[in-house]
Amino acid sequence: MKTASELLANNHNHQEWIPMIEVAAREVFELMLHCKLGVPDPATEDALDITSMVGLAGQLCGVMSLRCTAKAATLMASKMLGVEPDKVGAEMCDAFGEICNMIAGNFKNKIAGLGEGCMLSVPTVITGQDYSLHSLSDSALEVNLQFEGTPILISLQLHS
Amino acid sequence: MNSIRALIVDDSSVMRKIVERSLRQAGIDLSQVFEAGNGAEGLTVLAENRVDLILCDINMPVMDGLAFVKALADVENAKGTPVVMITTEGSEAHVVQALSLGARGYIRKPFTPDQVKEHVIPLLAVNA
Repeated sequence: MKTASELLANNHNHQEWIPMIEVAAREVFELMLHCKLGVPDPATEDALDITSMVGLAGQLCGVMSLRCTAKAATLMASKMLGVEPDKVGAEMCDAFGEICNMIAGNFKNKIAGLGEGCMLSVPTVITGQDYSLHSLSDSALEVNLQFEGTPILISLQLHS
Repeated sequence: MNSIRALIVDDSSVMRKIVERSLRQAGIDLSQVFEAGNGAEGLTVLAENRVDLILCDINMPVMDGLAFVKALADVENAKGTPVVMITTEGSEAHVVQALSLGARGYIRKPFTPDQVKEHVIPLLAVNA
């Protein structure tokens, strides 16, 4: 395993982190939601209308985000809580935020030495599509996956 | 094993429910579960109640998990009560810091019920 300083110093676009983000997400869904993420269907045109974001600050600065449909977010919460989707209610945002938080934490714990030098913010959840995110990032790493037949997009926007 | 009273401290109500469910899935008989959304609320619970087990997140508003564990040294109702951290903060430094402040176990999120069982049951057996 490479250290954070090695990874940060040797590569400017960090494309090699994409598989680590994917593994981090797969582990969270398998351990906490008891389901496997699939490969995305390019034909799907679902509107990704809910976004969860967790900030990273310190040795690595940026924003980790998770986007999907509101229906998928409700299904994620139902799987986490072990209840039917119609019983999820207001805890949907809490659950969706925690999923993003765990993906971000799991990702940074996979980079040796980054754990101490990178703190996570509490998650923020945004509903709707009609917004623009201006994070001042220099680059973004994106992972497209499929959850129960619907697309999810995990993005890590990095500041230098 | 006797039934126990547990305090779960996490700013996410969903995570508190998952932790409680994991304890039950681990075969732990919970007679009462107290919940707190941060360390300060946890101290308020402990001012009135004695518990047998405390599970605590680290990143929380108002009072974080490390400050909470440190404050437990002065709480009569927490004397001898095992504390297990359950958190996304999985760095070695956080583990060392939590254990040095008095935590007896450390579980990284995401976790399985088996991991909860593995870390918690031995602590309850020692305290039985």
